[in-house]
Amino acid sequence: MDFQVHEHDVIVIGAGGAGLRAAIEASAAGVSVGLVCKSLLGKAHTVMAEGGIAAALANVDNRDNWKVHFADTMRGGQYVNNWRMAQLHAMEAPDRVRELEAWGAVFDRTPDGKILQRNFGGHKYPRLAHVGDRTGLELIRTLQDHGIHKGIQVYMERTVVRLLLDAGRVSGALAYDRERGRFTVFKAKAVILACGGIGKAYKITSNSWECTGDGHTLAYDAGAEWIDMEFVQFHPTGMIWPPSVRGILVTEGVRGEGGVLRNKEGKRFMFGDIPDSYKPQTAKDEEEGFNYVLGDKNANRPPELLTRDHVARCIVREAREGRGSPHGGVFLELQTFAEWYGKKKPGFKAEEHWKKKLPSMYHQFKELGGLDITKEPMEVGPTTHYMMGGVRVDSDTQMSRVPGLFACGECAAGINGANRLGGNSLSDLLVLGKLAGEHAAKFVKAHPAVNTPNDQIEDAAKWALAPFDRPPAENPYQVMHDLQDMMQDLVGIVRKEDEMVRALDGLEKLKARAARCHVAGHREYNPGWHTAIDLHNLLAVSEGITRAAILRKESRGAQFRDDYPTKNTREFGRVNTIQWKAADGSMQIKLEPIAPMPQELKDAIAAEGGGKLPEELV
Amino acid sequence: MGQVTLKVWRGNSESGQFQEYTAEAGEGMVVLDAVHQVQATQAPDLACRWNCKAGKCGSCSAEINGKPRLMCMTRLDDLPPGEVITVEPMRTFPLMKDLVTDVGWNYEVKKQIAPFAPRKADHRDGTWKMHQDDADRVQEFRKCIECYLCQDVCHVLRDHHKHDQFVGPRFLVHLAQVEMNPLDTGDRIADTKNKHGIGYCNITKCCTNVCPEGITITDNAIIPLKERVVDEHYDPVMMLLRLVLPKKKSGQRSAVSGQETHG
Ligand SMILES: Cc1cc2nc3c(=O)[nH]c(=O)nc-3n(C[C@H](O)[C@H](O)[C@H](O)COP(=O)(O)OP(=O)(O)OC[C@H]3O[C@@H](n4cnc5c(N)ncnc54)[C@H](O)[C@@H]3O)c2cc1C
Ligand code: SF4
Ligand code: SF4
Ligand code: FES
Repeated sequence: MDFQVHEHDVIVIGAGGAGLRAAIEASAAGVSVGLVCKSLLGKAHTVMAEGGIAAALANVDNRDNWKVHFADTMRGGQYVNNWRMAQLHAMEAPDRVRELEAWGAVFDRTPDGKILQRNFGGHKYPRLAHVGDRTGLELIRTLQDHGIHKGIQVYMERTVVRLLLDAGRVSGALAYDRERGRFTVFKAKAVILACGGIGKAYKITSNSWECTGDGHTLAYDAGAEWIDMEFVQFHPTGMIWPPSVRGILVTEGVRGEGGVLRNKEGKRFMFGDIPDSYKPQTAKDEEEGFNYVLGDKNANRPPELLTRDHVARCIVREAREGRGSPHGGVFLELQTFAEWYGKKKPGFKAEEHWKKKLPSMYHQFKELGGLDITKEPMEVGPTTHYMMGGVRVDSDTQMSRVPGLFACGECAAGINGANRLGGNSLSDLLVLGKLAGEHAAKFVKAHPAVNTPNDQIEDAAKWALAPFDRPPAENPYQVMHDLQDMMQDLVGIVRKEDEMVRALDGLEKLKARAARCHVAGHREYNPGWHTAIDLHNLLAVSEGITRAAILRKESRGAQFRDDYPTKNTREFGRVNTIQWKAADGSMQIKLEPIAPMPQELKDAIAAEGGGKLPEELV
Repeated sequence: MGQVTLKVWRGNSESGQFQEYTAEAGEGMVVLDAVHQVQATQAPDLACRWNCKAGKCGSCSAEINGKPRLMCMTRLDDLPPGEVITVEPMRTFPLMKDLVTDVGWNYEVKKQIAPFAPRKADHRDGTWKMHQDDADRVQEFRKCIECYLCQDVCHVLRDHHKHDQFVGPRFLVHLAQVEMNPLDTGDRIADTKNKHGIGYCNITKCCTNVCPEGITITDNAIIPLKERVVDEHYDPVMMLLRLVLPKKKSGQRSAVSGQETHG
């Protein structure tokens, strides 16, 4: 077979926020960098992020600092996070945001001309630097426009199908290009995975076609471990009507700006279900909640801004118990706030206000839903949004257990524990992306060259082409749809042992069907073929999620078990699930204790908990 | 809603033709949904680009009934009922396959534009003071999703193929964005005229009319840039335009000397 060959010191796979930031850093360290991505540059999923980047800049509330951000992140993650990553993240996020400004980002401003910050679920203070509700676009464009002048070689519309290894060390990757379907061998001394999420394992998702768990699976196949795979974040508010837009995100910013959730009886149900650990920080009534939205430092947050896992479950409950909206969700409306504010501030123009604060939401509902959010309530419901679990990496270097293989961004894991706070992903991409780039460059300088063995290359290419040679049996689209339906039904927001055991069985059958997938046509830009290849990754991560969810017999953060509806901290509050591939190809799993937390960090958490430590940490 | 008939361009760089497909139209469906349906049921090798399906990434650009639009933001029920819908690739760029074009030229053009170069930070923590009013102007340009629909429609590129002399409206917006950033110290005005070919634009406003982000490309980006150029160089279109444009009100920030806002 014919292969194009490109050689770099470092290959970064993925050009979202994490990959771009890593590439910039590695390149700044003086090594040669190749950046590979499935789409065009600037189109990665990061572009869709809306609400903002979390960083304790303390521009809006000067009581904020990294320790509070750290404590918020740990509480959001229910204390099974990697505390060291959470610490580095909270400490360095402000510098990473400021750096974006130096590279040309133009954030919304405070009245005194600083970077403005907004409220978001689970963050004690207004902490999210943002640009209206298109922060992801600002982030990716800034990194892109900065990066293109730094000598990084970009390879667009190429999909990596396998990592290459030389005696256990990573040595490159094999990719096909969409245009011609030809193969490229990327040779490298270090590889950084920044491939994003897994949303396409589910039927209803806010994620794009790219999010098929490639980074997760490439690492797994190469011998790396996974951590926390049971924790899949279902965002409480996705669009649910019309059907063609089902799953598209309605940013948390809507609630951050005063949006209120109601059931079909008009009841603001979130006030009826506030977890004890959040009671002291939640508003007693509507007035206080709205004052918080306006920035009153003495007011507490409205209950709509509780963590995502909790709000999502409340919505599911309302719908299941027959109090939902016509299409199986609940209502999210801006009118109550506007009316209240209008009374306080004569001359307040609701329509103008919302168009300025939430321009792309206004646009999205107007164009796609035929609805004016300044006048009518939206219908919303949970959507698969973010993967907390992924490649297990060292907290200070982002290297996996495979030498030379690094991971960052959504496909890496640890920082978020059982649930990610909104805004913590974009900051994670920047902080840990930079770290990955820095340490990959160091690794390259300290290690000799490696080989890309021909037999591995041939084998991977043959595997990728197999669907063309098979007799017509299974349609890859159909197999993918069936997988998505099954994961949605059996391993979704509310989980049960027997359903998940059925899912494991279903996965075996789907694997067998995937092995019989056939594609017609040629290798040029053939989405049917690409889907057949993606199936391998989707099936692997689906199995990982299911097995980890079965093993964690408790409800914590994003994992809700109907058969174990409460936390069981004694057994599961101080451990992570770890998964890896055995020599015979089967998936292995174990529980591993979390390293003890240093006193300084415990103090930071206690300071936010009225002097008390949560059970997980005592 | 019943069925819709789509005429989709199928072909590659050498040859191609329209092919008819029917799709089942459901409530709220957009053209991209119909294309996906065709892909899943009738033509698995039909090539098209998309990512976000929400008008945010600028991947799914095409010409729908002859008009440059995003497929994911064009609702079937907004098109004339009962009529065949034509979907074809952007014609200004070389065709790769079906609805996918080679937009690589745009990436090369951007590299030629001098990057943002901020003045020394105002504060010790490396940050600057910038007011929302100043941010507003730049933020309009930074909304660009790089769909290249404006490039597709601009006659200088589409009909006159001046790709090597004219950067096109997208990159005039990009230039305006860096030039008008109050923190920037670079000077790209000579380049804007000589290298980036702003003189080719004769302000037809076709680009503004197709921009899905509603950026007022011509009035807010191109004309102020032309004004800056004309201060330093000769631009015949701008000379004429100056005769007919209303004089600036006093007190209004001058686009020509954006420097004022730097303080
Ligand atoms: C609608 C929406 C809104 C969000 N809003 C926010 C927010 O406001 N704040 C926040 O913090 N987070 C937000 N998130 C989450 C956040 O956007 C993502 O977690 C984050 O952008 C992921 O970035 P990444 O760099 O890890 O990956 P991505 O941006 O997903 O990029 C992945 C890259 O990997 C490439 N790739 C994947 N597989 C392969 C392969 N096999 N070969 C080659 N390349 C490959 C892709 O082409 C792409 O370039 C939001 C998410 C969504 C969906
Ligand atoms: S206004 Fe200028 S840039 Fe825009 S389409 Fe017309 S000629 Fe092209
Ligand atoms: S300026 Fe508008 S039309 Fe042109 S590329 Fe940007 S978003 Fe698209
Ligand atoms: S798919 Fe992103 S703009 Fe249409």
